[in-house]
Amino acid sequence: MKPFAYVKLADVDAAVHAVAAGSGAKFLGGGTNLVDLMREGIEHPDTVVDVTGLPLDEVDELPGGGLRIGALVRNSALAADRRVRAGYPVLSQAILAGASAQLRNMATVGGNLLQRTRCRYFYDQAAACNKREPGAGCDALDGFTRSHAILGVSESCIAAHPSDMCVALAALDAVVEVRSVRGTRRIPLADFHLLPGDTPQVETALEADELITAVELPAAPFAARSRYRKVRDRASYAFALVSVAAALEVRDGAVAQVRLALGGVAAKPWRAHEAERLLLGGPATEEAFGRAADAELAAATVRPGNAFKVGLARATITATLRDLSTEEETA
Amino acid sequence: MTEIRIRVNGVAEALDVEPRVSLLDALRDHLGLTGPKKGCDQGACGACTVLADGVRINACLALAVQYADTEITTIEGIAKDGNTHPLQDAFVRHDGFQCGYCTSGQICSAVAMLREHAAGMPSAVTEPDDPGELDETEIRERMSGNLCRCGAYNGIVDAIKDVAAQGAS
Repeated sequence: MKPFAYVKLADVDAAVHAVAAGSGAKFLGGGTNLVDLMREGIEHPDTVVDVTGLPLDEVDELPGGGLRIGALVRNSALAADRRVRAGYPVLSQAILAGASAQLRNMATVGGNLLQRTRCRYFYDQAAACNKREPGAGCDALDGFTRSHAILGVSESCIAAHPSDMCVALAALDAVVEVRSVRGTRRIPLADFHLLPGDTPQVETALEADELITAVELPAAPFAARSRYRKVRDRASYAFALVSVAAALEVRDGAVAQVRLALGGVAAKPWRAHEAERLLLGGPATEEAFGRAADAELAAATVRPGNAFKVGLARATITATLRDLSTEEETA
Repeated sequence: MTEIRIRVNGVAEALDVEPRVSLLDALRDHLGLTGPKKGCDQGACGACTVLADGVRINACLALAVQYADTEITTIEGIAKDGNTHPLQDAFVRHDGFQCGYCTSGQICSAVAMLREHAAGMPSAVTEPDDPGELDETEIRERMSGNLCRCGAYNGIVDAIKDVAAQGAS
């Protein structure tokens, strides 16, 4: 690991100024991803500004409904929060489906948003990777692609976003609040993560000196009936091959509200707008769920190693919506 | 170098560490506590699990400087007043290990896991309305961050179930 200076600050403005002052400075939260990337030589900040002492670790109710989640709330605390479990179960389930208890105890909400891909070629310094070294090429394209993306990919990069939490946040229309020396701005989660295009090294809309301060969940009464379903190579403690975050409200057999997002299939948490559009107002039947999934996945670009994800995503979408619609009938 | 104060197993320590030093290396190389193990050094195996203010973490992904002024408990501090912890006894009784390399992490993890469960924290297999009895499915899910390459999982689960049933966390 390259040597670096370490600063811990207790004031948001001081932290933001500290990072703005140095071009090679980075914020450090729980460390579960950044420390690993620094040890691997992929990240090499000159200065690390530890933000875990900032007063951003509360979950508060918003006046008009909804929740404001401080960026430094630990993943385990957010998953256990009674308001999240009751009002947004998909979020609690998504967090609990990720990593291990130890990592969730360390990881912060802001840090989870900034997780970097676990693409093996990104981690392997001997491999070509446009994300690690722009212009170097991509060894994943003709490599082992079981974990790689099928939607929104480019010829530069097919890495998948690793977060479970963000898939739920995408379905819930979350908004990310960020702060810098220039002030505060709000970025819808849908616009926060970027597709690779020909600049896969640019992963988010966040500027290098911006600090995530909070994530807001809008009021969404229908989200009380929501679910996260994750498919992976072992039962626990593995990244998603495919995951689905969904909320569904059925009235008189028709879809009155639906939110659908996919994980493990794109460089960003993938909000399934096309599927939602087809489902809304239509029948809440397994056939309709399958048709909507097909429409969403029609644009998939697959490789021999990840072609299975189309069928897997279709089946997982269908099963998740079916579970929610059945739950609805019996509730 | 940064000087940090840290309490480890009830003893106040002052350490002079570079910011690069992980909590795991600080414990093992600076304080000679070799109970926490360096298995993968990337947060994938759980052999380095220790408690920071009672909360289980992976010491390999923790910078020591980040844990200044916290209370760290390693396997060396789990026994009290010369008496082994009930989980230590149970691991012996149920053959909860073979080579023993993952054991210190497993036991530290289990100590905190029982507390998390008692505090009502859910896991991925906890049903929404279920108070969450600590059955085998719950134990396996909650302990999934600790790998055992010998495959002593059955004994590990039995040991934890035994202690959970005694209510002696």
